[in-house]
Amino acid sequence: MTNEVCFRTLHLDTPWSLEAYESVGGYSMLKRIAAGDLCHDTIIDELKLSALRGRGGAGFPTGLKWSFMPRNMPGQKYVVCNSDEGEPGTFKDRDILRYNPHQLIEGMIIAGYVMNATVGYNYMRGEFYEPFERMEAAIAEAKEKQYLGENILGSDINFELHNHMGAGAYICGEETALIESLEGKKGQPRFKPPFPANYGVFGRPTNVNNTESYASVPAILQHGGQWFLDLGKPNNGGTKIFSVSGHVNNPGNFEVNMGLPFADLLEMAGGVLGGKKLKAVIPGGSSSPILPAEVMMELTMDYDSIGKAGSMLGSGAVMVLDETTCIVQLAAVTAHFYYEESCGQCSPCREGTGWMSRVIHRILKGEGRAEDIDNLDRVAGNIMGRTICALGDAAAMPIQGFLKHYRHEFEYMIEHKRSMVEA
Amino acid sequence: MTDFNYDQTRHLKKLIPAEEITAIDNWIKKYPPERKRPPIIAALKVVQDHNGNYLTEEMMQAVAEYLDVPHVAVYEVATFYSMFHLDKVGRHVISVCNNISCSLRGADKVIEHLQNRLNIKVGETTEDGLYTIKTVECMAACGGAPMLEVDKVYHENLTEEKIDQILSDIAAVELTQNSSSKQHENDADSSNEFSGEAQD
Repeated sequence: MTNEVCFRTLHLDTPWSLEAYESVGGYSMLKRIAAGDLCHDTIIDELKLSALRGRGGAGFPTGLKWSFMPRNMPGQKYVVCNSDEGEPGTFKDRDILRYNPHQLIEGMIIAGYVMNATVGYNYMRGEFYEPFERMEAAIAEAKEKQYLGENILGSDINFELHNHMGAGAYICGEETALIESLEGKKGQPRFKPPFPANYGVFGRPTNVNNTESYASVPAILQHGGQWFLDLGKPNNGGTKIFSVSGHVNNPGNFEVNMGLPFADLLEMAGGVLGGKKLKAVIPGGSSSPILPAEVMMELTMDYDSIGKAGSMLGSGAVMVLDETTCIVQLAAVTAHFYYEESCGQCSPCREGTGWMSRVIHRILKGEGRAEDIDNLDRVAGNIMGRTICALGDAAAMPIQGFLKHYRHEFEYMIEHKRSMVEA
Repeated sequence: MTDFNYDQTRHLKKLIPAEEITAIDNWIKKYPPERKRPPIIAALKVVQDHNGNYLTEEMMQAVAEYLDVPHVAVYEVATFYSMFHLDKVGRHVISVCNNISCSLRGADKVIEHLQNRLNIKVGETTEDGLYTIKTVECMAACGGAPMLEVDKVYHENLTEEKIDQILSDIAAVELTQNSSSKQHENDADSSNEFSGEAQD
């Protein structure tokens, strides 16, 4: 089965409309909440049972996160959606925003109710003009129906939802950088603790979740936490949207059960482009270490399976590489990206990403030196764990992965001044 | 002497039309009234769009005054985020993704074709001031790689034919808008008078 949760309107005409969403049971959970039929604790218990884990990449249990919010603390609290989709290879949130915006809206209203937060912000990346228009239209529709605003459906629940837009910065996908950016500043991450649940937007308690996480909530409540859990496997509940790109015949988003064998996912994506041989896969966005084909073909698509193999499920961005892919070239693109996107706050990341990018580009130009490989490994190791946010680790891990599995390609290029795959 | 009647909004109001001011005011309403900075990004985008894709120092100062924030608060935002341009760029900035998935699917060929068609390199602007080619990082459309964005629209699964079509569509729009943009230039000229006034 596919498209059962976030993409459940996808088969309908104008899947983004209110009618389409209501026809699959949309806003029925909000109606139950407004009628006093579904309370805070029940919702959190269902989410915990469902084993829904944060879909932005970190995989933190959503129910647990929601329970950290000091619901009874007086004053304003905020619900923030991280739609700053930017992890290279990831393109699922854009499709949720474009094709099923109401499910995200309902998920955020429910979150607001659970945490006693009356204001929500949906932070979309600056280039998302089309998703922005869809979301604005959907919010207007929801207001019209009294699903948003004051005294929702005659209850004492209030919730205002605003769309906010960034202006081009990968780092703003990091939740505290996103908060800084939402406050109108440079997107430089904050030191944690304090965590956003205590000190978030405007210094108030704030819950930040990924688009796919919020959008999963209405379906989970509608069918029950157990239903969602059973779609996937223990500790890896539900479905997950995998964004499959690169060397495949039919790239796209596939919302499938967690724990699906990678081989099946590859087949859904039409197999390797032009019938070539699979070389390797980057299984969870550019921050996740590469896995060679023979490892990947044995794995199932869930947090634990990919984690045990030494990589991460991350945001579910599966980048498929065929036998013609030059790993040094790939490493150069990856290293340049993190160099470009480091916010510059922590020296190990600011300097280290630059060094890694320059050294790999030097190798690529045929000017590599024998010691460069050990230098790369050392620089990556010196960034790991020494920065305020996870961007440093995200920059180091893929480089370490390339060196671990394809060290010979770097050595070959340094020695022969050309790529091994052309040989 | 401090002018206590100084209207902090008048500078920006001279630079952009009333409907753009309303657009900024609508952004301001989304945030708590005591918070001045949250609308900076949105305000800069409105002003940049109006000014043909780039910001001047005068505009950034006007935004700062309008929002009642220090000038540096606006500069740091304008310099941090990649969508803001502080130098003159083309009226149509063609942003080509060359991250992993796009480069696996031929981003290099897209860039090469654009460079040949427009006779400029990445980072340059055509002499007529119409086009700039820029490479950007992942724009979350990897399923349609290779892709580019121009005038707020994503174009995916690019081929040489598609790129040619995109360019000729822009050229057609330019032709029809030619007369109205003449008018636009006149408006911009009149706003220059103000820069002298601001010294008072």
